[in-house]
Amino acid sequence: MQEVKRKYVIPGDVVAEGNFKPLVNVFKNGNSIVATRIGITESNKDGTKVIPLSGIYFPRTNDIVIGKILDHSSLSWSVDINSCFSAHLPAQDVFGRDFSPAHDDMGRQLASGDVIVARIAMFDRTRDPILTIQDKDLGKIPTGELLKISATRVPRLIGKRGSMIQTIEQATATRITIGQNGIIVVSGRDKEGINLAINAIHIVEIEAHTSNLTQRIKQLLNVPESDIENDDTQINHENNETVMHDDKVISNDNGKDTEMMNSNGTK
Amino acid sequence: MVQSRSLINESGKRSDGRIIDELREVRIKVGIIRNADGSALIEFGKNKIIAAVYGPREVHPKHMAQSDRCVIRCRYHMSPFSTDTRKSPAPSRRETEISKVIREALEPALILEDYPRAAIDVFIEVLQADGGSRCAGITAASVALADAGINMRDMVSACAAGKVDDKIVIDINDTEDKEGKADMPVAYMPNLKKITLLQLDGELSPTEFNTCLDEAIRGCLKVYEIQRSSLMEKYFGNEKGLKE
Repeated sequence: MQEVKRKYVIPGDVVAEGNFKPLVNVFKNGNSIVATRIGITESNKDGTKVIPLSGIYFPRTNDIVIGKILDHSSLSWSVDINSCFSAHLPAQDVFGRDFSPAHDDMGRQLASGDVIVARIAMFDRTRDPILTIQDKDLGKIPTGELLKISATRVPRLIGKRGSMIQTIEQATATRITIGQNGIIVVSGRDKEGINLAINAIHIVEIEAHTSNLTQRIKQLLNVPESDIENDDTQINHENNETVMHDDKVISNDNGKDTEMMNSNGTK
Repeated sequence: MVQSRSLINESGKRSDGRIIDELREVRIKVGIIRNADGSALIEFGKNKIIAAVYGPREVHPKHMAQSDRCVIRCRYHMSPFSTDTRKSPAPSRRETEISKVIREALEPALILEDYPRAAIDVFIEVLQADGGSRCAGITAASVALADAGINMRDMVSACAAGKVDDKIVIDINDTEDKEGKADMPVAYMPNLKKITLLQLDGELSPTEFNTCLDEAIRGCLKVYEIQRSSLMEKYFGNEKGLKE
């Protein structure tokens, strides 16, 4: 298979010509692969895709999201997950299988306005997403500052193997919980640290596609030079499945992809 | 359409000083409305138009939702101050019709099946009108849709051509629209080479029609280049590093 150069594309641009497998944000038109979003093209042995730079969050099964309880019916809570579908958290997920609407008070466990970290247990084209909070590190978030960024910036905010988010957390002494839907909760004891972290997150959002971003964030947060590793000199938009929760990185991103991206980057 | 006075002078210049195959100056600024998911401001000669895109988002009222695809709703509206004499802000017959044709011009470019049970709202607000506002509106809406990150098969570029003084000219302005012999707005998907809007007001012979269509498509391709550079500037600035 011939090599495809990484390039900037807008909808309608031909990403590659020839026998490539279309992955995400591309479609096949005759012999060519055409982009459907604004973004950066990426090709590997699995196929060709475009890493988008704009767009709202579209749910996928197993995504970790942060949502706000809107209301509850007798059997489930409805949760706003910053998407075009409102999600449902079944009461049985919280109370167990012997849940009875007559005996259990749902409002006591999760009231409207509460913020939760949840995993999308089920979602397809025909039904609204079903959430679960049964896994480790999921559940209600007691305190913190809530902010919203574009969901396409989440991988950049996490950085390579969590480098960006760890930098911000360490420098500001905060805990940052990121949902793949672009909702972020920043918590910590120090108000100043929280503000600094929020500032840094906004800068990452605005300047996500520029190079040397981790370095600039480190300078902003006054991280000593010795701590600066030269790990972020490339544009890094990997659409990884990484999510950061309470200092733990749950990731199925493979390092190989990242390395290839660096060696191919022409910047 | 009855043409009363000459709109092209002896040296081949039109009423606003352009030659017959010259576009008005087009400028597009992307992402001007923070609250919208995607937006664009287009200045097409004296036209000033804002397009804002919201969505995909939940459909209200729910019964409008389609189980297999996204619905697209489009509103073309002229501000009361956009014309010489005050225009009533209530939607007119003309605006309702233009909203419909713009929606139908954008629809083929969108991959609506990717967002079932959702809706995309496109708002086109004309701040200043000078002929060709539907074409400018489509152009701006297409940029706003790309800015909103909605899956698209291609961009949509639009430009009008027409007959003035028995000559085929591109990008008809307000005077030429009112006093010329024909006006033909065309919306075009430049990469897929498909026409998504074709209207004609006036009379053209079959040969003139073909020339007019070719000229309009040539105009669309020029507009496409401007759409492209405005999006590139917003997202990648001066960084051309990765560009081939």
